[in-house]
Amino acid sequence: MNVWNWLAVGGAAVLALVTVAEIRRRVGTGAPGRRFFRHPTATPALFVLAFFVTVALAAPLVTPYPPYLQIDITRLASHPPSRLNPLGTDPFGRDVWSRLVYGARISLGIGAIAMLVAVTTGVVVGGVAGYFRRWVDATLMRLVDVGLAMPRMFMLLMVVALWEHVPLAVLVLLIGLTGWFGTSRLVRAEVLSVREREFVAAARSLGAQPARVIFRHVLPNAAAPIIVSAALGIGNVMLLEAGLSFLGMGVPSPAPSWGNMIADGWPKMAVAPWCATFPGLAISLVVMALNAIADALRDALDPRKETA
Amino acid sequence: MAAWLVRRLAASIAIVWAVVTLTFVIVHLAHGSPCGQPDGRPIAPEVCADLTQRFGLDRPLPVQYVKYLGALLHGDLGWSFALNRPVAAALADALPNTFKLALTALILDFALGIALGVYQAARERRFGDIALGNAALFVNSMPTFWLGLVLLLVFGQRLGWFPVGGLRDLVLCPRVDSLPCAADFAWHLALPALTLGVVGAASTARYQRAALLDVVRQDFVRTARAKGLPERRVLLVHALRNALLPLITLFGLTFPFLLTGAVLVETVFAWPGMGLLAVNAILQRDYPIVTAAALVASVMVVLGNLLADALYGVADPRIRVRAT
Repeated sequence: MNVWNWLAVGGAAVLALVTVAEIRRRVGTGAPGRRFFRHPTATPALFVLAFFVTVALAAPLVTPYPPYLQIDITRLASHPPSRLNPLGTDPFGRDVWSRLVYGARISLGIGAIAMLVAVTTGVVVGGVAGYFRRWVDATLMRLVDVGLAMPRMFMLLMVVALWEHVPLAVLVLLIGLTGWFGTSRLVRAEVLSVREREFVAAARSLGAQPARVIFRHVLPNAAAPIIVSAALGIGNVMLLEAGLSFLGMGVPSPAPSWGNMIADGWPKMAVAPWCATFPGLAISLVVMALNAIADALRDALDPRKETA
Repeated sequence: MAAWLVRRLAASIAIVWAVVTLTFVIVHLAHGSPCGQPDGRPIAPEVCADLTQRFGLDRPLPVQYVKYLGALLHGDLGWSFALNRPVAAALADALPNTFKLALTALILDFALGIALGVYQAARERRFGDIALGNAALFVNSMPTFWLGLVLLLVFGQRLGWFPVGGLRDLVLCPRVDSLPCAADFAWHLALPALTLGVVGAASTARYQRAALLDVVRQDFVRTARAKGLPERRVLLVHALRNALLPLITLFGLTFPFLLTGAVLVETVFAWPGMGLLAVNAILQRDYPIVTAAALVASVMVVLGNLLADALYGVADPRIRVRAT
């Protein structure tokens, strides 16, 4: 790692700090914003997230090597952390820091996209079920019961292992499509109560179509649990991806993801513990940040259910 | 009550049926056949045809499905391709191991989780609460299998306090039939159970703290304090009893997870339970075991929910179900 890389990392940290300060200045003045930032962990959590996102975006600047490069397979395999390789090298002679940074793109990206798929599906299904009730609700909720009884990890493993060569995009879609059941229950419950309010009756009597009533009038008033479950969802997907990749069923090597970095380092855990330790720490940190943000959001958006 | 039970049971059976059907479809729509091994060992075409015919894999899918369901209703789970023994026997070997691991982890989870949650609630917003709260959040955010790896590295490999995997010492203790062998078993059990238990305890503590703080603000707690009871008694007897209720839901969710979600932890510690059996079956395209594992998993989820509902009735007479 050279001077410029270190400077770039420092720059990323400063940028993340500035972003957090800016968010605090803009949002922190309203009542929900104040409740959000009153959480002791909210600001550090936002910083951790902002830092990893910045570093992932600026990956070529902050890393000394491309993530696939086997620097010197004879002398630099499983090398402990040093000045040149701040987090050491993995058993294949690749720089762990470089892979960690590029892996952030993949791991965070999968988390965000799969969460979007899951939350969108959950919101639509929950909204429709809660709004139309009767047989629509009954049918959809039985579907959700089955989905929740399905061992998710196991089903995903099955699909990936048996249907050889599942492209990453399909895997992400599958992770998303198996993750909406809980969200749809939450949304349905919220919609059931919101739809009885006067403004919904007013919209309907003005002749608004069901789709318009659901998306314009009902769902915005049911946003709090949706946002919270989205924040928790990214973390869950990242943990799931780590598990799948660990078994060799997730992101295929040599593309770096935090999960398959642990998988690559595992066999050498005894002699080169840094290979599997740092990606695991990175996952833990980011998921913790997301959980803390979810906690703070819950308090900020729904003052009735204070957790702190 | 009886009507409620019948309805719940019918719904549960329907859910299990749906999961089994889904698994069956996913497994049988997959490319390839059980003849093509993942390690690429070639198998003679005659042998493959013979195997395919013997296991009925050449029949149309609906026929296979009806036959499978029929056999299932007679308690026949099928014959494992890879292990060449009845699926029921393989499950009978794996399930007790998973039960032992899950039970130990569950006890650790709730004992530690409740204790921490109560302590945190008692020290609300003071240093101990905040420090423990963040520690719990961190542990709760770790990939469980990674924590297992780290514990294995530190306590198994570096310090050598615990064995690095497996169920027991195969040379000295082929069977758990004496006191030293029971101790050996417990010694092997310690790290995987600790891994699952600690991660579980981290989330249990969060629930317990929130539940207790909810209860502490209620009137009967003020009454208990007003009549001069010591704080310890107010918290541990009056409040805690009522704050254990939300944990029942958590128990209903944790129970199936420990039996099936321990897939990765069982892999890390080479613990020959349901998770390891299922993963190996998936890798070897052992359809009958894969489907049976999904069956077991969904039964556990449904059972967990039923158990939680029943416990609710026992714990709180106010929400005992009406016969509707």
